[in-house]
Amino acid sequence: MSDMSVASTATRKAFDAQAIRRDFPILSQQVNGKPLVYLDNGASAQKPAAVLDAMDRYYREMHSNVHRGAHTLGDRATAAFEGARETVRSFLNASSTQEVIWTKGTTEAINLVANGLAQKLKAGDEILVSHMEHHANIVPWQMVAERTGAKVVPILVTPEGELDMESFNSLLSNRTRVLAITHVSNVLGTINPVADMVSQAKARGIITLLDGAQAVPHFQPDVQALDCDFYVFSSHKLFGPTGIGVLYGRAALLEEMPPYQGGGEMIERVTFEGTTWNTLPYKFEAGTPAIAEAVGLGAAIDYLNGLDRAAMESAENALLNRANQLVETVPGMSIIGTAKHKVPVMSFKIEGLHPSDIGTLLDQQGIAIRTGHHCAMPLMDFYGVPGTARASFAFYNTLDEVEQLFTALQKVQRLFA
Amino acid sequence: MPATEQDFLDNPLGTNPTLEDVLDGFEFLDDWEERYAFIIDLGKQLPAFPDDARTEENYVHGCQSQVWVISHIDETSGKLYLLIDSDAMIVRGLAAMITIALNGKTPRDLLATDIDELFERLDLFRHISPTRGNGLRSMVGKVRDIAATEIAA
Repeated sequence: MSDMSVASTATRKAFDAQAIRRDFPILSQQVNGKPLVYLDNGASAQKPAAVLDAMDRYYREMHSNVHRGAHTLGDRATAAFEGARETVRSFLNASSTQEVIWTKGTTEAINLVANGLAQKLKAGDEILVSHMEHHANIVPWQMVAERTGAKVVPILVTPEGELDMESFNSLLSNRTRVLAITHVSNVLGTINPVADMVSQAKARGIITLLDGAQAVPHFQPDVQALDCDFYVFSSHKLFGPTGIGVLYGRAALLEEMPPYQGGGEMIERVTFEGTTWNTLPYKFEAGTPAIAEAVGLGAAIDYLNGLDRAAMESAENALLNRANQLVETVPGMSIIGTAKHKVPVMSFKIEGLHPSDIGTLLDQQGIAIRTGHHCAMPLMDFYGVPGTARASFAFYNTLDEVEQLFTALQKVQRLFA
Repeated sequence: MPATEQDFLDNPLGTNPTLEDVLDGFEFLDDWEERYAFIIDLGKQLPAFPDDARTEENYVHGCQSQVWVISHIDETSGKLYLLIDSDAMIVRGLAAMITIALNGKTPRDLLATDIDELFERLDLFRHISPTRGNGLRSMVGKVRDIAATEIAA
């Protein structure tokens, strides 16, 4: 603990959250007559002015359809759009932009992969997920399992909210075809040991997918170091616009997969006798893409690249440490998810209070959190709760906001007394 | 214990307090803390709900918390009596408010009651948006469905 407090003092000097907050116009408003304290970043993060400006500038100066050539605006739009793809490639350290596919978000990316792998699955095969998955990394696999006769098998979770490695080891078998797990839990904040798990799976020839939706807002993944086959995330949790996300896929596997949707852009040649597919990544990008959103996501990553990532991560840790210290100031409060390695996400319950009561009364005090099942019903069942309240922090949150949360929670408790 | 006819008839909400009592009380509350304290307090007055009635049939979908509604029609008076339950305290308060406004009316009178107008008078919408997960709309919807079914029967 003493090491942590030294680190957090140093961080406060190095990382000026107040200056950073000025980059996010939405944060400086009042809600219900109180300054907004936005602690629902896990659901969706706010956008820096750099993202808003990039999208505005795109529409004002360069909008046209992409990859159509023939005129200057088309060239500008294509350059901006493909430039964003290169920014994402570099962010993930993918080896080629061919491996970076635009999707609507994490959910569509997982559906695309599940659908694309269906032809490799047959009755008796197993798809290994975990008990802490978001529904988006359960349901698409259940749907493909229904079609193919494969089975979705969950890795157990420990009471602390870590993946149970004994369970993982015992479930890995010669029936396992796919390992699809979350890099970071949206409910618990747990950072899973995905590199080790991928390496064990690879040794058995198992295809691996990592759900990075909750990881990328807090640290930068390296898909080559992780050695996974697929890595997926959404722009809107990474301080970019809604409506766009990314599927990183190993080129060899993407080549084998059939297209997800048919239409324009994804074809090479169409005749009524038969159609041939475009090359990667376009084979999976039917229709006019979300061009401005891609540009916005590129701008979000550029913005993050301009920050001191290491300082940002320790500032976030300081937020979580402060929150953990303050738990004891609210009688009956307990944390759900006490893994050793966590991003700054705090799911909690307060004895005698329903999460929706907590959320409603925090909102009255200008504090936005998420309450409910967090699209992770199997995990709620595991903990035997109808839902949790969840405060999820971003690097633009301050220690003062953490303290306001706890002052507000004490007030909530007094109201129900 | 299953709910008896007496359990429904004994529900004081609507008679004590009456809607007028609640409106009078609410009028004097200025800030959100007092308003919510008042709502939470109303929720504590909801009569006990029978365990065996917490079934899928009685469940109200569309709320973040769990909500159940059961009803009883009194053959002599033709009036409809309600019992509502929830595991969230603010929702219990809202359920009490709905009960006070709609309990012990004939199904036709119940359907003729403009509940939106009532909530506006209570100024509840200033703080309790009907679009949120508190299930205000869903609860009212379920009660109105029950009344409509009684009329059709």
